[in-house]
Amino acid sequence: MALNTPHAPAIATAEATSSATGAQIAAALREAGIAALLTLGLSIPILAFKTEQNQANALYLQPRWGVVAVACALIFALRFVLCLRAARRAAAPPRLKAPASPALQKLFGIAVPLFLGVAVAYPVLATLASGGLGGARYWVDLGILILTYVMLGWGLNIVVGLAGLLDLGYVAFYAVGAYSYALLSTTFGWSFWLCLPLAGILAAFWGIILGFPVLRLRGDYLAIVTLAFGEIIRLVLINWVDLTNGGAGISSIPRVTFFGVPFDSSEGGFASLFGIPFSPMHRMIFLYYLILMLALITNLVTIRLRRLPVGRAWEALREDEIACRSLGINTRNTKLTAFAIGAMFGGFAGSFFAVRQGFVSPESFNFLESAIILSIVVLGGMGSQVGVAIAAVLMVGAPELLRNLDFLKQVFGAGFDPNEYRLLIFGLAMVAMMVWRPRGLVGHREPSIVLTERKAISGSLVKEGHG
Amino acid sequence: MRWQDDPVLEVEHLKMRFGGLVAVNDLSFSVGRGDITALIGPNGAGKTTVFNCITGFYRPSEGMLSLRHGDGSTLLLERLPGHSISWKAKVARTFQNIRLFTGMTVLENLLVARHNPLMLASGFTVFGLLGLPGFRDAERQAVEQAKFWLEKINLIDRADDPAGDLPYGAQRRLEIARAMCTDPILLCLDEPAAGLNPRESHELNELLLSIRQDHGTSILLIEHDMSVVMGISDHVVVLDYGTKIADGTPEEVRNDQSVIAAYLGVEDEEVEHVEAEVGL
Ligand SMILES: Nc1ncnc2c1ncn2[C@@H]1O[C@H](COP(=O)(O)OP(=O)(O)O)[C@@H](O)[C@H]1O
Ligand SMILES: [Mg+2]
Repeated sequence: MALNTPHAPAIATAEATSSATGAQIAAALREAGIAALLTLGLSIPILAFKTEQNQANALYLQPRWGVVAVACALIFALRFVLCLRAARRAAAPPRLKAPASPALQKLFGIAVPLFLGVAVAYPVLATLASGGLGGARYWVDLGILILTYVMLGWGLNIVVGLAGLLDLGYVAFYAVGAYSYALLSTTFGWSFWLCLPLAGILAAFWGIILGFPVLRLRGDYLAIVTLAFGEIIRLVLINWVDLTNGGAGISSIPRVTFFGVPFDSSEGGFASLFGIPFSPMHRMIFLYYLILMLALITNLVTIRLRRLPVGRAWEALREDEIACRSLGINTRNTKLTAFAIGAMFGGFAGSFFAVRQGFVSPESFNFLESAIILSIVVLGGMGSQVGVAIAAVLMVGAPELLRNLDFLKQVFGAGFDPNEYRLLIFGLAMVAMMVWRPRGLVGHREPSIVLTERKAISGSLVKEGHG
Repeated sequence: MRWQDDPVLEVEHLKMRFGGLVAVNDLSFSVGRGDITALIGPNGAGKTTVFNCITGFYRPSEGMLSLRHGDGSTLLLERLPGHSISWKAKVARTFQNIRLFTGMTVLENLLVARHNPLMLASGFTVFGLLGLPGFRDAERQAVEQAKFWLEKINLIDRADDPAGDLPYGAQRRLEIARAMCTDPILLCLDEPAAGLNPRESHELNELLLSIRQDHGTSILLIEHDMSVVMGISDHVVVLDYGTKIADGTPEEVRNDQSVIAAYLGVEDEEVEHVEAEVGL
């Protein structure tokens, strides 16, 4: 392996950088050969045979050795190139770590207002692009979905990215928020605006309840317990039929109103109040701006919190818990606030989910949701707000994009459904990320306070937390 | 002797057991107010364990640790929860292997040390979130204090660099400055001179002397470097296998037979013989 190549003496490195030595090529060839063999081994059960039906409706195995050969050759070539590059880089004199270049920093400076502008103008853009309110339905819906995940990502980012506590059960708080709104509004008839803060408070309360027992746990153990907590909430929702109506869920949840004015075609509805023709899209667009506002509030509060003592204590906790204790930080309370505030935003997002769907059931809150939200945080770069937003767009938007790649059907034949390859592409993307950007899309940390000059902190110094 | 007349910390019959191992056994000593007290002893003698008991990381198996503030009030450290020892008792510490927040800037490291006062000023986050002026003033003060320490340890130019990027000696100094930002009355330093070159070691001595002089902070330090110990300390306590074998001024300890024996690793009776052999 490239890592095993002995460190060449300093004089030899100069020529090693210009051309790969024979030994390096041999090592890379061997490495590539092993990889190709592995691929062969793996592809025999996966790729080599396809089950087909013959005329008699009997299954038979159709060998596809050509595909296997192509896969092995591809892996061989890829691995060979990768190994050579790694060997050359190891031999090259270590480059000084370049701080984030000014150009990149400037790009970030533009990216934020740009994102914000696009997000605010999105429904208008979608309407213009699809020629009419009705046509924009799909796009606005997608925008709402993405923003929901942006908000959830930002909420979880407080727990995982800032405080460094690995939480695999975040969806539990999303569920608490959704059911809070569903139950409060259907039972007491309370309005969304009253239920929203209540849902947040209830979720925060559950965050603290979860926080107490798990605080002494670290790393893997914390992850397992939070995972279990997420499942417990889901199972309670399924089995406590009296309260939650079990697996059937709660339907006919009151729809969102424009501060009391319903979005319907009646007298006194939104459309007639403003003297415009009725369209079901009005509610959609209102929902879009509602979640945009909620997400932005989450973001603003988080940015603010990072600059307050509590936010610094979260990050310090992620860096070194023992040092925190020696400086008089109550680590238990600090972790609890992280859990509670993260959960609160999850609860807000949950009640938004309920009011948007008009229907909640335990199905919507399974582990996959937690996994997606956590991937968004990890992919974005732990602790980076911009990174999380980009990751949410990629993770939620890209699968939708895949659905629309109809031109691929012309290339691969009518039976080709790019959507079926979603998880494969997702897996490949994750592997690529781990190789090239192990610290996430935004791999550096912004300092929370500056004395003279703002400098980004390289991700390699920032710890990931330990539990 | 100041450590007898006006102790800031009194350790009485301290015992720390780890399963069958007794790391510290019936240890009693006092730290004088305004003194620089050195705790020395061979590796594994139990010095770090004593620190961990004083700063609340271990709960002593037996014994009493009383901290006397200048106003006469006394706190029993072994009864305080870990985080109160810095905040209420005003005891700060550094670690044998440096524990900085490497991914945070030098300035942020110092501000984390002001967590409790800033937390109060920010109304437990509520006022801070609303951006009330009280918190801003408190934060400005904290930054001023940080700047003072950064100038003192010659790191003011690197205030916005990540702490993990600093050279080793600077990290040691920063850790001391961070501990000082909690306004301690007793500062415990675990091998602060370990790994420093002679020049850095000399600077460290200057820093410790000025901390004692300008801030009235008493210092308890673990040290292996005898030039540091003999040069700046007023009082030396020697530990071997968890028990105290000597306690007194540097001169008294320097000439103590059992100390020499412990450091050379021989029986008391053979000391003179060995000394002659190694040319002492
Ligand atoms: N947490 C612990 N658990 C078990 N043994 C410990 C623990 N901490 C220290 N010890 C033991 O106590 C003894 C004293 O250690 P220490 O206080 O670190 O010595 P030193 O004087 O070199 O700082 C050693 O034998 C060490 O192995
Ligand atoms: Mg030690």
